[in-house]
Amino acid sequence: MPGVLWLPAVLALALIVLPVLGLLTRVDAARLPALLSSPAALDALNLSVRTSFVATALSLVLGGPLAVVLARARLRGLRVLRAVVLLPLVLPPVVGGLALLYLLGRTGPVGGLIDLAGLRLPYTTAAVVLAQTFVAMPFLVVGLEGALRSADARYEQVAATLGAGPWLTFRRVTVPLLLPALGSSVVLTFARALGEFGATITFAGSLQGTTRTLPLAIYTTAQSDVDAAVAMSLLLVVLALLVIGLAGTKAVEGRG
Amino acid sequence: MGKGKIVGRGVAGLAGLALLAGCSAAGQEQPQGERTVTVLAAASLTESFDQLGQRFSAENPGVRVQFDYAGSSTLAEQLEQGRQADLFASADTKNMTKATSAGVAAGEPQTFATNKLTIAVPKGNPGNIRSLADLNAPGRDVVQCAPQVPCGAAAQTAERAAGVQVRAASEENDVKSVLRKVTAGEADAGLVYVSDAKAAAGQVDSVEFPAADTAINDYPIVPVKGAAEPELAARFLEFVRGPAGAEVLGQHGFGTP
Repeated sequence: MPGVLWLPAVLALALIVLPVLGLLTRVDAARLPALLSSPAALDALNLSVRTSFVATALSLVLGGPLAVVLARARLRGLRVLRAVVLLPLVLPPVVGGLALLYLLGRTGPVGGLIDLAGLRLPYTTAAVVLAQTFVAMPFLVVGLEGALRSADARYEQVAATLGAGPWLTFRRVTVPLLLPALGSSVVLTFARALGEFGATITFAGSLQGTTRTLPLAIYTTAQSDVDAAVAMSLLLVVLALLVIGLAGTKAVEGRG
Repeated sequence: MGKGKIVGRGVAGLAGLALLAGCSAAGQEQPQGERTVTVLAAASLTESFDQLGQRFSAENPGVRVQFDYAGSSTLAEQLEQGRQADLFASADTKNMTKATSAGVAAGEPQTFATNKLTIAVPKGNPGNIRSLADLNAPGRDVVQCAPQVPCGAAAQTAERAAGVQVRAASEENDVKSVLRKVTAGEADAGLVYVSDAKAAAGQVDSVEFPAADTAINDYPIVPVKGAAEPELAARFLEFVRGPAGAEVLGQHGFGTP
């Protein structure tokens, strides 16, 4: 490795680490326990963790198969499809929220039907999960698809020539091939869901205990009590580090 | 084309874009032969201050008033963090006090406008909402501001005075978000300022309620310490507090102190 790479590498790391440390300098240590145990903070933490779990599960159940299709199916326009899957990663989250709102909101084509049935999505916890899934699922799809495409498809072909049906091959060959990548993809998906903000506030609204996740609570609290907002930010950073660190180190390193 | 070449082109393209962006930003900051007053103003002042800025420029050739509209607490926080500006207009006294106690104001804040809440409903008032209490009828989605922001604090005061606690489907961070939910048909009603309802008069109707008078919001304005154009700033401040200000602000639903 050329030694000259060290300088930009260290700068890059500093760009990530220093702002987070800057946050730490604003933490009011004396008030921290009280701030973190406030009902607003606890409700938000609780809601964030619960919805992120459900969003990750939903991403797995729906996005997992999508990854297999993208990697293995022979379809025209697969490249376009792959690009579409990446869309939520590059769209501003608010755009995602507006898109969800105009489809599933009361006046939207699908939301109107839901409304006729006496149900509604905006302002509900389900809307939070949907917004999180929208922005986080691509992490899972992209992670799994990449793993599948670099994995040797010949294992599956051999299984097939040995008489295994598609379902047996999928279960006994494809899924085990995916397991290492699964860990890292699931962790990233969960972490992204945890940090989701723009789509949630636009589509789901913000109400303590129902739709106000930790990122939304931080934003609202920052309007009146910066110390409390910083305390909650710290909570989110620690949570994200725990998720990535404890659950994901092995998987992220690709040795899982 | 090799991979290296593609990367090279990408980098060159990005560098070019960055250069262009840099140039235009610098160009905007220093228009030739023009002086600029920078005003940080509460988002609810958008329409009226835009108009006042144009009139001020018309009366003072070569002077441009540049506005940055955002939530009052955001602006107060930015000033505290060292943001440069000539004037700060807040939508409430709380955030003005935050700015003055941080030592960023040059002089005493002066109230130049007042605002009060109203109930914004979709055009024609399909839900037949007549009072605050009507907002709690079953099946109604009502949106208001969170108590942490000025419009939410005002809503809390008014609701307490009326003895009605509105059950909101969502508590938004600014009044324009509340209004947007009503204009988009995603809420049956929203508590907004009279001025906001007036700005969206084509899309919403407003239902006045008596308790709104218990939560009159004062809008203070103050020159910022270290202003680049202190003399122009003082002139614009007087303009806002003078007859032109009263006329334009009144047109937009604001009251005068």
